[in-house]
Amino acid sequence: MSEMYVDVAIVGAGPAGVAAGIGAREAGAESVLVLERDWDLGGILQQCIHPGFGLHTFKEELTGPEYMHRWIKRAHEAGVQFLVNSMVFKMEPDGGLWVMNPEKGIFRVVPKATVLAMGCRERPLGAINVPGSRPAGIYTAGTAQRFVNMEGYMPGHKAVILGSGDIGLIMARRLIWEGASVEGVFEIMPWAGGLRRNIAQCLDDYGIPFYLEHSVIKIHGHDRLEGITVVKVDENRRPIPGTDRFVACDTMLLAVGLIPENELSRMAGADIHPVTGGPVLNEFYQTTRPSIFAAGNVVIVYDLADWVSQEGVAAGRNAALYAAGTLRRSERRIDIKGGKNVRLFSPQYITGCCDATVYFRVTHPIEKRCRVFADHGLFEQRHRYVRPGEMNEIHLKGAALQALPEDVSAIVIDAEEV
Amino acid sequence: MEERLLNMICVGCPVGCDIKVSVDGTNVLSVEGNTCPRAMEFAKAEIANPTRVFATTVRVSGGKLPVCPVRSRRAVPKNRLFDISREVARLVVPAPVEIGQVILADACGTGVDIVATRDLKAEEESA
Repeated sequence: MSEMYVDVAIVGAGPAGVAAGIGAREAGAESVLVLERDWDLGGILQQCIHPGFGLHTFKEELTGPEYMHRWIKRAHEAGVQFLVNSMVFKMEPDGGLWVMNPEKGIFRVVPKATVLAMGCRERPLGAINVPGSRPAGIYTAGTAQRFVNMEGYMPGHKAVILGSGDIGLIMARRLIWEGASVEGVFEIMPWAGGLRRNIAQCLDDYGIPFYLEHSVIKIHGHDRLEGITVVKVDENRRPIPGTDRFVACDTMLLAVGLIPENELSRMAGADIHPVTGGPVLNEFYQTTRPSIFAAGNVVIVYDLADWVSQEGVAAGRNAALYAAGTLRRSERRIDIKGGKNVRLFSPQYITGCCDATVYFRVTHPIEKRCRVFADHGLFEQRHRYVRPGEMNEIHLKGAALQALPEDVSAIVIDAEEV
Repeated sequence: MEERLLNMICVGCPVGCDIKVSVDGTNVLSVEGNTCPRAMEFAKAEIANPTRVFATTVRVSGGKLPVCPVRSRRAVPKNRLFDISREVARLVVPAPVEIGQVILADACGTGVDIVATRDLKAEEESA
């Protein structure tokens, strides 16, 4: 069995991994290797063929494949090496990787630092307890997206979408453009899961009905999906008797959430946060296994690929510094704590030695003037609203953190009305 | 003409501002609730001639994948999207395809080209 020694190894060549490769090279790592299990680079963005990517990075709206084309080109220019068709099936606590590839067989990659960039997976039907039969015609929105945009198949002719995550909204429009009908989007919560613009340009533009506080209580059909029974739910998300109705359809797409993909992180013994489902990190994107870093949707599910790439560059840079033995170290640990309206956030703690960005999502929307803040007077920003579907950012300044009294061991972040 | 107040969601960027657009006929008088100047452009276009960027796939022969993603280089009139979709559906493009390659010039007389959004290699010969 062969072994490959590298400075930085990166698992996954999606937006986070490709950017991490660039960050690592720019920070001086000699050998940077990105391992990708698919035959092609780019990850999930190769199937996200709609425009909407790169406004922050490139100041124009690109499609997913165009966005990745640019990043991959930059990575090649930066001297990042890629291995496709390479599945990492085991990770050791020091970040060492066991890989299989059809030409090279099984081999080991021995890095000085590793970046996890595996992204996330969709919540499947099994995760949401819908009674009824299990006929053909039920897919996650991302699977349908791959069918239509990469494999050239239509999943059906008459669809419903369960959940209002962005991929579901995008797929509603995509199916309409391909000549199918979309009978409705059903969301159990009183607010949309996806971005407002996707409600406008994917549903409203085509008159697709959008039902908030609705759920599916039965799936009908034996071999093929024939319809669903939908019902209105109350504020506790329980079905309201007498509001059920049958909706005929041959296809149901699920857009009910994304879960960071962390089998390898767990194998390596990195702590996984119970709420985010991603590794516990500090401001260097460093996991609780010091040589292992993480970036992008493997950590916390972002709204925009631009943020994923940006985090990727930073994580790659820090991994390169760690490999060279020059990453700043600090014995201090200041925990980040979410306030009343914080559902999830990352990183979970900081060392307080330098600038840090904390990303978080709220539990409940606030549709009026509000403030997003960190206590101890570290950060405050006014917003016109905060919504669960949109990530918030808190920027902490290194100088202010260093000036915190010694006994401060936690920083509370939150969003509240003003 | 009478002044009207319309509620819109600006789709100029992922922020998706809720905007109130005051309109006199096809004249946009003012926009409120926006966080950047794109909203004004968006509102004007939305009143006069709503446009959208169109993204779909085109059939490919002999490619590593059976379809290749394509887009309209610029936004096209919203009411022509389905015409363009039908037109693109009729095409089969031989592999290899290069990013930026024109797949359909002047789509349905809109003056906008439909271009490939990725490189797609030809299928490797099986040994």
